[in-house]
Order: sequence, then C-alpha cells, then structure tokens
Amino acid sequence: MSVDDTFPKLLERNARSFSHSPAIREKEFGIWQTWNWSQVSVEVQALANGLAAMGFKRGDKLFIIGTNHPRMYWAICAAQSLGGIPVPTYQDAVVEELIYVVDHAEVRFAIAEDQEQVDKLLQVCEQGGTIEQIIYDDERGLRDYDPERVHSFVSVQQKGRDYAAANPGAYANAIAQGSGSDIAVLLYTSGTTGRPKGVVLTHESLIFGSARVAELENLSVEDSVMAYLPMAWIVDHFLCYTLAYYTGYCVCCPESESTLLHDKIEIGPSFHFTSPRVLEGQRTDIITRMEDAAGLKQKLFNFFVDHASKFGIDIHSGKSVGFKNRFLYWLGEIYAYGPLRNALGYTKTRITWTAGEAIGPDMFDFYRSIGINLKQVYGQTEAGPFLTAQPHDAVRSDTVGVPLADVDVKIDDNGEVIFRSPGAFAEYYKNPDATRDAKNSEGWILTGDAGLFDSEGQLKIIDRIKDVGALSDGSLFAPKFIENKLKFFAHILEAVTFGHQRDQVTAMINIDLIAVGNWAERRNIAYASYQELAARPEVYSIVQESIEQVNMDLSRDEMLSNSQITRFVILHKELDADDGELTRTRKVRRRIIAERYDGLIDALYDQNQKRISVETEVTFEDGRKGSISGDLEIRDTKTFQSAKKAS
Amino acid sequence: MLETPQQGDVILSVEDVSLSFGGVKALNSVTFDIRKGEIRAIIGPNGAGKSSMLNVINGFYHPQHGTITYKGKTRSQMRPHEAASQGIARTFQNIALFKGMTTLDNIMTGRNLKMKTNMFWQALYMGPAKREEMQNREAVEHIIDFLDIQAIRKKPVGKLPYGLQKRVELGRALAAEPDLLLLDEPMAGMNSEEKEDMSRFIIDVNTEFGTTIVLIEHDMSVVMDISDRVVVLDYGKQLADGLPNEIRANQEVIDAYLGISHD
Repeated sequence: MSVDDTFPKLLERNARSFSHSPAIREKEFGIWQTWNWSQVSVEVQALANGLAAMGFKRGDKLFIIGTNHPRMYWAICAAQSLGGIPVPTYQDAVVEELIYVVDHAEVRFAIAEDQEQVDKLLQVCEQGGTIEQIIYDDERGLRDYDPERVHSFVSVQQKGRDYAAANPGAYANAIAQGSGSDIAVLLYTSGTTGRPKGVVLTHESLIFGSARVAELENLSVEDSVMAYLPMAWIVDHFLCYTLAYYTGYCVCCPESESTLLHDKIEIGPSFHFTSPRVLEGQRTDIITRMEDAAGLKQKLFNFFVDHASKFGIDIHSGKSVGFKNRFLYWLGEIYAYGPLRNALGYTKTRITWTAGEAIGPDMFDFYRSIGINLKQVYGQTEAGPFLTAQPHDAVRSDTVGVPLADVDVKIDDNGEVIFRSPGAFAEYYKNPDATRDAKNSEGWILTGDAGLFDSEGQLKIIDRIKDVGALSDGSLFAPKFIENKLKFFAHILEAVTFGHQRDQVTAMINIDLIAVGNWAERRNIAYASYQELAARPEVYSIVQESIEQVNMDLSRDEMLSNSQITRFVILHKELDADDGELTRTRKVRRRIIAERYDGLIDALYDQNQKRISVETEVTFEDGRKGSISGDLEIRDTKTFQSAKKAS
Repeated sequence: MLETPQQGDVILSVEDVSLSFGGVKALNSVTFDIRKGEIRAIIGPNGAGKSSMLNVINGFYHPQHGTITYKGKTRSQMRPHEAASQGIARTFQNIALFKGMTTLDNIMTGRNLKMKTNMFWQALYMGPAKREEMQNREAVEHIIDFLDIQAIRKKPVGKLPYGLQKRVELGRALAAEPDLLLLDEPMAGMNSEEKEDMSRFIIDVNTEFGTTIVLIEHDMSVVMDISDRVVVLDYGKQLADGLPNEIRANQEVIDAYLGISHD
C-alpha cells in the first residue's frame, strides 16, 4: 500500500478521491473562478514539468513572492513534486531583505506575482543575487523584459506540456521519489532580533500537524477557508496549503486586498483564522459606525448587544438562562447578531481561531456573545505551527488551550514554555548553532515564551522570556503583559513599557487614530494629523485614565503590583515596520525602540522634565527618508497601594 | 488586441484648421498630425484652444476652415456619434459620469455601441441579448481589473473621491475599445500620488492595447514624462510642434508659459 506521505502525493489522492470538489477559488473579473482537485493536479503537473524543462533539480529552491493567488499555491506543490523546496517570502519585503534570503537559501528559481515583484527580483540579481530564472503570474507591463530570464506562468506551463510529451512518466517518477522526511518548505521567520532564520519543516511534520488539527476541529472536504494572510507566514502555509491538501477543503483567494471583506461575506468560510488586531479593528469600526446610525437602530443595537453580553455566552454554552432571556436573544439573533455576523463574513463560520497576541476579555466576550465561535490557539513556526488549542467547552480569553494530541508541552524551571512534538521543525537552514540553541539538553524545544498552566491544564502565556525582567528592587517586570492590558483600551493602539533594572515603570503610547479621531470629532476637537491629535491635552487625559485603571488592576496582582506605570508619553508618530520599530507581523522590537528613543526614555525617568522635544527619522513607503519632530508632554499618573500591603 | 503598437502611420491629421465663435478666433490655422500608437500631448495656457481642438477632432465643433483626415478619410463635418463609431473615445475636463449609477454600469455604457440586439430581446434578457450582455460584461471586467478598481465595482460613482471618478471615466472611454483616445486634462485637481497612478494607467493603455492617445494637460512635468510628441497652442495659434525635449528648449513656449518682460 502506498502511503501519502508528501503533499504532491496528497494532491494525487485528492485528484482521485475528491476530483470534483472545489480545491481553490479565486475571485477574478467579478466572478468566483473555481478549480477542482483534478484541475489543480493538471495545473501543478504542467508547472512542475515546465520547471523541470528549465533545469529545476531535486533540492533546488523556488522563491515565491506575491499575494494569495492560486498559481502561487500551485508553485509550492510544483516545487515539492520535483523534490525542490519552496521558499515563500513576505510580499512587502524590500530588496535588502530579499538579498539576504536569496543568498542564504541559494535560490536559482523564483516565481513572482507581478511587475513590482519582478522588478525587485531583478534588482536582487543586479546586486549579485543568485536567481537565474524568474516566472511571473500577472503579465501586465512585463512584455519587454528579457525573455531569456523572465518567463510568463503560461509559457512555463506550455514548456511543461511539451516536456511531458517527450518524457512521459517523469512527473510520476519525481513524485514517487519523494518521502515524508524530505524538506517540504523553508520559511524565514521575520525575527524580533537579528537576521531572519530559515525554519526547515518536513512533509511528515506538517502532515502530523494537519492531522491533529483536522481531527480536533472535524475539518473535511466540505469546509472552506479564506486565503489572505502573508504566504510566508507559517499560519497561511498551514491553513491554505498543508491543511487544505490533507483534508481536501477549499481555499478561497480574494480579488484584491481591498475587496477582502466583501469577498469573505460572499464566501462565508467555515473555518477562519484571524488576529486579535483585526478583531479589534472590526469592533472599533462597528462601534464607531453604530454611533452614526439612526436613533432607533442605535437603540436596538445597544439593547441587543447588551443583552448578548449578559446571556449570549451562557446560551451558546448550553446553560439555562430562562425563557424570557432566551426569547430576547432569539429576537436579537434576527435583528442584530445575525446581520452583524453576516456583515463581518461569519455567517457560515463554524470555527474561528485567533492567535499571535493576547486578546482583551471584553472584546473576546463581545464576539463570542454574538455567536462567533472564537477560540485561542498557540504555536510558532518551529512547532509547525500549532501546539495548543482550546477545547469547545473550555474557551477563555486569558488562556491558549491544552496541548494537541501527541504534543508534549511543559514549563521549564525558569518559567519558559518548552515542547516536544512530531510536528516540530527539523533545523534552522544552514545554521547549526541556532538549531542547537533552540533546544535544551534533553531535546525539548524552547519557545522563548514565559507561561504557566492554570488549574484546568490550560496554558497561559505571559510574555517573551527574554523580555521578562526585574525592577531594580528585584520584583517581576513583564512588559508585554502590561502593554496588552493597555492595548485592550480601544483608543490605545500600541504601547511600549520600560522598567527593566529601573526603579519604576514608564510607558510610551500610540493612540488609535480611528477610535480617538472619532472621539475627538464628537467633542469638536479639531486636528489635522496624528501628531496633532496625539498632543492634545484631552487625549492625554483619556490615556491617563486608562493607565490608572491598569495601575488599579496591577495593584491587585501580588507579583506585579510594583509594575504600576508612573509616567507616560504619547508618541508623535505611529510605530512602523518600515522604520524597523515593528516586525512585519507588527510585534514591537524593543531594542530598536530603546535605541531610537533613548533621549525620550531618559526624560521619562527624569522627574524634573515635563516636556521634551524629539526628532525622529522616518522611512516613507517609497523608501525615501524624512524626519518628524515634536514637542511632547510627559505626564505623571496615579499609582495605587498594593492590595497585599494594604491589608 | 495586444499587438505591439507600431508608431509611424498617420492616423489623424489636422490641416490648417481655423475655428471661430463670432469674432473670437478659438483656433487659427492649426496643422499637426497624430501617428498610430503614440501619446500626443496638446499643451498651452488657459484659453489657448486646447479643448476646442479636442472638440474639433471628435466632431463636436465644426471648423470654418481646414480639413481633418482620419484613417485616410478627409472630412469637414462629422457628428460625435459618427466619431465614436469610428473608434474615437474621450474623457472630459469636468467629469461627465452618471453619478447615481455604479462604476460597473457607468463603464457598461461605454459598450453601448457594441450592442447590436434590439430592445425586445434586451427586455426579455434572452438569447442573443443575454450572450451579448455576457460578452460585454466580460470586456468591462477586464477593464475593471486593468484599472484596479474592483473594490468600487458596485459603488455609485457620485460617492467616490475625485481621483477614482477620473479613473472610472477613463474606464468608460476604454470600454469602447477606441483606436484614438482623447483625454481632456485627466490629471486636473489630483494630488501627486493620484497623478502618478494616472500616468501609469495612460502609459499602460498605450503599451498594452496599442491605443493612440491625445492628451491635454497642464502639468508640464507629466506631459514631458509620458508623451512622445507635443504640440503647443497659444491664443488659438500653433506655437510649436515637436519632441518633449525640443519643446522644453523652445523660447516661444517658455515665453508663453512664463511671460515675457516688456522693458
């Protein structure tokens, strides 16, 4: 019996077993274009043969750069079927970032979405990159490019069909040579520190992960998922490629980034992955828009959302709430929750996963109470990617669930979450030192996260272990934990706290321009830019209130009561990945921020300084540099006596 | 449709054209030609007669003197609808879209001349009318994709920002699959980013579809960047005609644009 231990073999199985089921859809020219599994198999085969005809060999890398399109996903499988290794890359990466990855992975072949990406790759070549052949998807503007080096997707497939006619059986042979222990994909992690590392994942590890998730959530060929996350991110690779090939479910590509929400409403995916950031943005959007709605609508909405917040979660978990409340919820379902879910594209969604960041309890309950089955999961690229998920009957906002079957997760002596799993990565590509450092002496893999298990066996993540520090009096300082508490307020978009080896905690705040802008408009506060709004004393006051609430919260926590924030500043610019302040997945890069704003941080710790003028360099989207300067106020906040000391 | 444009053959020539309204001479003995596949700019200060020139080309005005030869046929009088059916399409200085209709419907109106079935079949939406509608919709969807306006497909154009309305208007002109496209100040009132986008689309239309383009524009840097040849008008008179570099160096043009000192 043959075992389907690689993704090209799974594709062949799908083409046999689910030949007429939709494999992938893409909205193009205003219509959903659909390919079933047997059609996908034909497309992948033509591309793979074309690559073979161009000299793509076992072990070669195929660099993939672009947004979510069927052809980009087919390229992954085409490379794998020849024993090659796909290297999906973030489509907004700049040339310098690409050069490093291209050189490190010794890439000879690349597939790019359009002219913009081809131009970047050609620049990489000019600067000594190893790329020899470039294939492009969208032909626009590319007609006059060097035909020796730049090829259209269609022409490569044509070459493939000619090649197949001359070499019958070559494709089948190539697939048969593959085995589960082969490298399936090379994913470069954006990395909060240093150079990106290439995470090597094998077919068997990814198939293991897919099997666990498919079992847990009962995923089958009937399900569907939206493809909208960056292809270089393990989560997209897992949901839109490995899990799709494993279960045979349908992957839906939106028409463009700007039509995503509309396309999602049309598809209504049954399984959805979203980030707390998106959920937060959507809730802010709903609330701001309802404030503009007509009076009656607003009243109905507020009444039903309030009702849902009291009884919704109980009703969905099958608890008894009495006939009247159940009836009112039923009415709310007709007038508010159902239409709201539809407007967000959740009408047919059975399961929604969220991960990556902590999620505010208010927000979490809001979505669950209107009938969106939101669950938290936890993982990382090295884990391939999921380690824990919340069971249906134990969903909470402050935990990330229990370990998946056959995955061992435990807390190390220093508080770090460590794991062992058949789904784990093989190594960091060409980086044995980093590979060694990622594991402890007993072969457990270190996640770099500090966490603990609660009384029900659910994992709770506190912070990055390297970020957990101590105040100068030795008490625990967990910056992300505090920052997340701040970010749960709608008007705070980003927060960075300082306190390691200092006597007190201070904070740098980014306000949420949409939420605060709307708030300002309602109060006739005029502003022309982010910078101007951020400097308003009224805005300082609402931020101060939020910080004091967090301080109150922290004062009740035994371990963290010394981490109350004493001073803060609202930053004059938004933290930006282009300036290196955030990673591409929008995680705060502490070290870089500490360097860029050292003067500001010093001022935060200088009690006499009430204002500071700063000048910061910024990078615009086209790569040009400029600077923003501002005169910022530093405010003191109230702190509270710790509950323990008071008693 | 996608053959490489061959610049060379003259597609339209204007010879000794004069146009006056009462005593006002809008155009005074203007002569130039437009070659197939080129981007031809007409520039000049306010009131130079640029829009009048476009209106003469697409048959809206009839010159009192001179001839216009289009695709080898010389004519003195042509109606706008005749011009349209012979492959001339245009956009307007102040947007002339149907504000209450969606982007999609607005661009569909550009296909009007391609629809041959009668009202009876169209009303029933059966047989040939249905097939025709589907073909036309497909052509329109290609234009929507080309101009990257999928997100506003179903939005009423009156609610769109100015720059996008201009893009929709270009889309409607393209829907007629013109041989000669007349653009009347396509970048008026745009910010620099919108101008860059629009320039990109104009160049793409020219290279991808091989459409000959006549462009009226105020922004000199745009004109010099994207056009192949430039003709300069001033108070109805033709000041110069040539390559962008020649025009840039032409003293008369500099004087007309920057003013002459009179001392």
